[in-house]
Amino acid sequence: MHTNIIQPDVPPFTLAIASGKGGTGKTTLATALAEAAGIPVTLRDCDVEEPNAHLFIQPQWHSHMEQTRPVPLIDSERCTACGACAELCQFNAIAIAGGRSMVFAELCHSCGGCRRICPAGAISDKEVAIGTLDCGTQHKNPAAPINFMQGKLAIGQVMAPPLIRATKQVAANELLNILDCPPGTSCPMITAVRGSDFVILVTEPTPFGLNDLELAVETVRQLQLPFAVIINRADRGDAGVRTYCHANNIDIALEIPWKREIAAAYSRGDSLCDAAPELKGQLHTMLQHLMCREETA
Amino acid sequence: MKVAFSATGSDLDSELDQRFGRAKQFIIVNTATNAASILENTQNMNATQGAGIQAAQNVVNAGATAVVTGNCGPKAFQVLQAAGVKIYHTRQPSVGAALKALLAGELGEANRANVEAHWS
Repeated sequence: MHTNIIQPDVPPFTLAIASGKGGTGKTTLATALAEAAGIPVTLRDCDVEEPNAHLFIQPQWHSHMEQTRPVPLIDSERCTACGACAELCQFNAIAIAGGRSMVFAELCHSCGGCRRICPAGAISDKEVAIGTLDCGTQHKNPAAPINFMQGKLAIGQVMAPPLIRATKQVAANELLNILDCPPGTSCPMITAVRGSDFVILVTEPTPFGLNDLELAVETVRQLQLPFAVIINRADRGDAGVRTYCHANNIDIALEIPWKREIAAAYSRGDSLCDAAPELKGQLHTMLQHLMCREETA
Repeated sequence: MKVAFSATGSDLDSELDQRFGRAKQFIIVNTATNAASILENTQNMNATQGAGIQAAQNVVNAGATAVVTGNCGPKAFQVLQAAGVKIYHTRQPSVGAALKALLAGELGEANRANVEAHWS
């Protein structure tokens, strides 16, 4: 039994699990960390295009809330077709043709700029459904329940960031906040990791893993977020990732070996902590170090 | 009539660019005076999204009343149609050949987009 790793008066700590490359083990690690913490945690699946942490957490769902995002609604009576909105829009979501404005809502990034710049006050927000925000709890360890939430983008929707922001903004009392982030290094990943106290980049020791790790490292450095690397399936592949990390002064927080039992457990939806109990202690210790590091920083 | 041709180069011998939104540029020909001008499209060639919409907007703003191109997607089509711009699809190899075909009445006016919407 682990002792509590956080003192009650310490502010919440947000740990983002990201990767660059997909399929390196973000969800496996995020769910395992939530279990290994030994204290109540909030786990947020921010991979809204394909949320799958719930398969491992199996929460009891409390609520499924419809989420929307604003797109411009143009009052044709007031619109003078001056084109200010179309000119401002960086996403080509508005055009002026035949003396009237046309909105292509699926291209809109909901920045609200068109509404602000319209000299005729003709633009208002129209809320369109983008998906659901699902909340639940896992009570596997009654002393350390997992407060679970996920964003789930509706089929046909492509703008993930508004739903990721909503998933991050749900209020929670837990002192440890774990984010299972989307892969890649574009807007969804950046929206998910932004504002975190620490980022873990999960990678694999392959040329693909290294290529995408380098992109992810550049991204989190640009965002000025402290980070470390975890190498999954660490006893496979080549030495490229380690060489890169050493050359760039990047901490390797943990190496997880390839094990048939882990793969088998994953395919059943079982947790990493159950499949490789020795890792649970290592993850717990790593969390302790990260959170203490933050305290002394 | 001012006609915008999607083109890979700057003169009438240029290849007719099969892409509308991401065409290299447009050659706008005034069929009454035979005067031609170039409308750059570099920005849209590299746009992350909405290239067709913006290209259509630029063509409309340039005062073209007809477009001759290889392919035109649904969003660009919608903008051009709203502005009353006629659209002609053709496989003619060059801008000059397409112009000749247009003037000879060999090109039929399109009443819908001929390719699907796409993200890149």
